[in-house]
Amino acid sequence: MSIEIKMPALSPTMSEGRLSKWLISSGDTVSSGDVIAEIETDKATMEVEAADDGIVGEIVIAEGTDNVAVGAVIAVLLEEEGEALPERSATLQAPAEASLSVAADVVAPAPAGLPAAQIAQAIIGESDWTGPTKTLTVREALRDAMAEEMRIDDRVFIMGEEVAEYQGAYKVTQGLLDEFSDKRVIDTPITEHGFAGLGVGAAFGELRPVVEFMTFNFSMQAIDHIINSAAKTLYMSGGQMGCPIVFRGPNGAASRVAAQHSQCYASWYAHCPGLKVVSPWSAADAKGLLKAAIRDPNPVIFLENEVMYGQSFEVPDTDDWVVPIGKAKIVRHGTDVTISAFSIMVGKALDAAEKLAEQGISAEVIDLRSLRPLDTETLLTSVKKTGRLVSCEEGFPFAGIGAELSMTVMEGAFDYLDAPVMRVAGEDVPMPYAANLEALALPQVDTIVTAAQSACFRSKGV
Amino acid sequence: MATKSDMTKKAPGKRGRPPKPVLNDKPDIDQLRELYHQMMLIRRFEEKAGQLYGMGQIGGFCHLYIGQEAVVVGMQSVAESQDSVVTSYRDHGHMLACGMDAGGVMAELTGRKDGYSRGKGGSMHMFSREKNFYGGHGIVAAQVPIGAGLAFAHKFKGDDGVNMAYLGDGAANQGQVYETFNMAALWSLPVIFVIENNQYGMGTSVSRAAAGLDLADRGKAYGIPGKQADGMDVLAVRAAGEEALAHCRSGKGPYILEMKTYRYRGHSMSDPAKYRTRDEVDAMRKQHDPIEQLRDIMLREGIDEAALKEIDSSVKSVVGQAADFALESPEPDVSELYTDILIEDQPAG
Repeated sequence: MSIEIKMPALSPTMSEGRLSKWLISSGDTVSSGDVIAEIETDKATMEVEAADDGIVGEIVIAEGTDNVAVGAVIAVLLEEEGEALPERSATLQAPAEASLSVAADVVAPAPAGLPAAQIAQAIIGESDWTGPTKTLTVREALRDAMAEEMRIDDRVFIMGEEVAEYQGAYKVTQGLLDEFSDKRVIDTPITEHGFAGLGVGAAFGELRPVVEFMTFNFSMQAIDHIINSAAKTLYMSGGQMGCPIVFRGPNGAASRVAAQHSQCYASWYAHCPGLKVVSPWSAADAKGLLKAAIRDPNPVIFLENEVMYGQSFEVPDTDDWVVPIGKAKIVRHGTDVTISAFSIMVGKALDAAEKLAEQGISAEVIDLRSLRPLDTETLLTSVKKTGRLVSCEEGFPFAGIGAELSMTVMEGAFDYLDAPVMRVAGEDVPMPYAANLEALALPQVDTIVTAAQSACFRSKGV
Repeated sequence: MATKSDMTKKAPGKRGRPPKPVLNDKPDIDQLRELYHQMMLIRRFEEKAGQLYGMGQIGGFCHLYIGQEAVVVGMQSVAESQDSVVTSYRDHGHMLACGMDAGGVMAELTGRKDGYSRGKGGSMHMFSREKNFYGGHGIVAAQVPIGAGLAFAHKFKGDDGVNMAYLGDGAANQGQVYETFNMAALWSLPVIFVIENNQYGMGTSVSRAAAGLDLADRGKAYGIPGKQADGMDVLAVRAAGEEALAHCRSGKGPYILEMKTYRYRGHSMSDPAKYRTRDEVDAMRKQHDPIEQLRDIMLREGIDEAALKEIDSSVKSVVGQAADFALESPEPDVSELYTDILIEDQPAG
């Protein structure tokens, strides 16, 4: 009997990786626990151990292969010497085929990389940029934004858990320690309340802190300093004491990490006057908005998304790409229904718009980008044109961003509405762990399609 | 970096800092006079604030510092101009000791436009960048990591400054204090944690709230040196402060000072203070009053009663003028409701 060794998932959101090195070759005897390969994910290089004893029958995927899908067969172990290789492995020559052939029987996490159509879409609306672009992941764009701002302003520093020597828990701060030293790239103890307050004090002391939360779930430990110390002090001081600080990190659901680690804080922070709240989707916006956030004299909550970190977009190739906070972006023009979204939901909204187009519904997709201040003008102009709004977010529906958008439309475009505002949001439950339940709890492309059809008084298939 | 609003909204009034003391030396006659003047100013200011509260001119929470004057006056008398201060909601004395204008503080208490926060902060929330006073924080112990952050900025900028983060015995039990001790020690931040142990966290005595009564030892696990001082003796406070400041300024990291002190009034104006006896309060007033103790020393040093009376009457006049100013100043313009929520001007570059 032969044993297939498959590409392992080494993080909750990993969907593919690079098989960087084999430590075994055909004919070698391996024991369970032996390190047999090195795999590079977008976060780290990890060692793979053999799970069974046996003899290496075949290396299916050569070292140095990129984009090997999780679950793809990468090698075959034989239980006895001289045993014949299973027939299927002989057909798997090219790595690309290998990943495709196993994709069906793997529970696939979120797809990595964007369809070409989406990448093209992302550039639309960046009409003020006619120069060259380069392809960057959201992760790289965020890192570049911080590095560029640190180069031009020596008051800027970054602190957080694992931001320095570990190069970032999600590799967002990769390389910053080397360039800027431990004076400006500071590993903190795991004490969110304390280091958030310390960051606020440093901002009062005329520095420009960028405080990373490993995820925004942990910001609840620090929320008193974010609200009471950072957001309110300018007002309480009669305008004397600004607090120029950025709190950033991944927000929202990752994948299979359950209730305490899967939550969207957009409406929590957007609720509070004195904060700016930003949640970009594309790499260009991630970069431009983070640069704007670091330059902003106010406290800014910068909500990233772990699933988006590895996705690539075209980004203007300049070190002065700044996207103003408070401006939404129309990422797809349409006439029948407005779909608003932010962060990861923008991609889903664009996919939904594509499906709707096949049904003859022309959807306009707005990437809100900033939640506070909210670009009500762009939203209302679009709704006045389409007469319909579907609001999309990953967070809980109750008192969510959708509720605010609905009220905004009621106040500003009531007479233009042809249908009630529709809300697509996460289910009103703590995030479940089980894969099937988790998928049900999160809004999907089809949820948006159905909501848009309903807003257009069309049922599916009509 | 000074924002535009910093430059356009100058804090009301100016007073110089107390004269710089000669370190490691007994204060001279002028310095004794200044210490007395400062403590008396706080005492009379707080008494006046209590009266105005009773008249309904001051609203909300109002926490008086009467009895604890020696702590902040002693500490600030040995501070340098680059040092920064942050404290809790019992902050009026700290502001006066930092040289903030009594009229501006009182006008904030009455919620008027000439208050330090233009009437929008109140008793617990006042600031002065000019005097390096960073509040005034209403959440128990929130000022502690903020103080460490200011110390971080001192060290980052290399400005030789030390932060004095004042906290009460109640705050000393908060978790964020220990998160801060850890980081301050880890990064050798120049910060003095001045624990003003006035024996009661609101109505709960230290012995009912704190396991391990020596709060000066609370930094032991982090290797932070701690020292107790008689917070009712301004000269003892000065001596302890000099030592702590020298430690911090030489780059050795944080320091904890536990000042044993006592507040004569309730926790806030609405506290009848039934949790302690009248005899206990009277004994502290009669035997340990910080102002009376200094007065005795000054008389022994040859300063005559007339000179002290002169200070008393000048303080009385300053406080009277502050109260008049605070009552005459108009309420903030209604347009102030929507200002200072965000800084709208993007700085150049």
